[in-house]
Amino acid sequence: MTADSPAETGWFAELEPDDSEGAAAAITEGTAAEPADWPKLAVEAGFASDAEEYYDRLKEATTAATRDAVERAERADDRQLVHAVRTMDDCTRTANELAERLAEWAGTIDPDAGAGVEYARAIAGEDAERDVGHERVRSLAERVVSLADEAEDLREYVERETPTVAPNLAALADPVLAARLISLAGGLEPLAKKPSGTVQVLGAEDALFAHLRGHASSPKHGIIYTHDAVRGTHPDERGSAARAVAGKLAIAARVDHYSGERKPELEAELAERIETIQSRTADGEGDENGGGGE
Amino acid sequence: MSDELPVGVERHQFDGEERLATQGEPVYGEPTDGEWRAWNPNRSKLGAMLALGMETGLEGGDEETVLYLGAASGTTVSHVADVAGPTYAVEFAPRPARDLLEAADSRPRLFPLLADARKPETYAHVVERDVDAIVQDVATRGQARVALENARFLADDGRLVLAVKARSEDVTREPAAVFEDVRDELTEGYEVLEYRRLDDYHADHLGIVARPR
Repeated sequence: MTADSPAETGWFAELEPDDSEGAAAAITEGTAAEPADWPKLAVEAGFASDAEEYYDRLKEATTAATRDAVERAERADDRQLVHAVRTMDDCTRTANELAERLAEWAGTIDPDAGAGVEYARAIAGEDAERDVGHERVRSLAERVVSLADEAEDLREYVERETPTVAPNLAALADPVLAARLISLAGGLEPLAKKPSGTVQVLGAEDALFAHLRGHASSPKHGIIYTHDAVRGTHPDERGSAARAVAGKLAIAARVDHYSGERKPELEAELAERIETIQSRTADGEGDENGGGGE
Repeated sequence: MSDELPVGVERHQFDGEERLATQGEPVYGEPTDGEWRAWNPNRSKLGAMLALGMETGLEGGDEETVLYLGAASGTTVSHVADVAGPTYAVEFAPRPARDLLEAADSRPRLFPLLADARKPETYAHVVERDVDAIVQDVATRGQARVALENARFLADDGRLVLAVKARSEDVTREPAAVFEDVRDELTEGYEVLEYRRLDDYHADHLGIVARPR
């Protein structure tokens, strides 16, 4: 630690040469104000017999440290959620697309062909309720069904996992909407850092940029449109409702990211606010009705 | 225009076209000719600077030490490690670092470091001093500041080889104005030897070669 022994700030200080775990930790956690001639100092300190051996050890330690950090980042739960919710949407979309193709094809051989995943279920499998009499069509139907089932399993996974990753967000929105917001923001931390105005229009980027280019009005809501409090509010007041929901969701994301503790009062505050907003239109409608009405 | 390429960088024929190449394991699906693999200047700013004939001061050889800032998935730093000696590759984001690890796998003197180039004290305990070259390609605000902060690693006769991305500094300003500011700020710690727009290969990028003052 003294100025005349810079070797003590090198990553290899206090390390046994064969302690690979300690070495990786020293790479990740260590700091030094200034660099030094580390290869030379390491050899002098007896950490390595020569520069070549020092570099071999450095290679091993930096690789292990970086690999650990990369794996940690990939395993982080919000990353899992992002992948799951995106895969869920991919599976749903692909199942629907293939179901359309199936309906088109099956329509040429099955006079009673239906449409959608529901029809695929009817003709899929060995013991299907209906036999279209065409091996390839039936096989395609099986793919559609298994993709739709996978999407359903993924939804269950998302509904189960979101409350542990983001308890307040999952309570305030439904777990799937919470996961979608995390996915759109690119993770819980980026979501926690977004102002509520951005949260309000996440998922409405097309409309937002059309507005910024100057040929559309600003979007009132993005994906949070699916929130009951927004959808259940009269269109005239939806902008206010979306603003209120986004405000609370932004706070919930910050609490979830920075502390992780449950704050049930957020739900109560939102419910109260939404009630006020919805009563405005209820009053308004009352006035209209009173004044002659429809 | 200089024809002086670092030792280990050569011009080779790929599909009848002469391109820069180094010897090593392919990393990003680039064409190969025996042990030689093409260095794509469209995917590498350093590659573009060499292709444009800039005097980078990189020499190549096992004795040359390099600090590479902004290694990303390892496209460019793999070529650097092919020709240089000990090469420290600093990258901030874990995602590209996964690819960087793969590129580093077959290169025994390429050291991957997951760290923020704006905070040299977080890797000064690993990266040795007096490196022969710093190659910098970080897409962050304050690129000149990053170069200045990292000058502590560079030997007195070393070279800073810097690719400046105008859009990272300020998307709304004219790139030329941004580049002038960056060159100005660099003079705090460096003498700029050469600079050149890389637009043939990378829009709104400036290549700079400098040495410590």
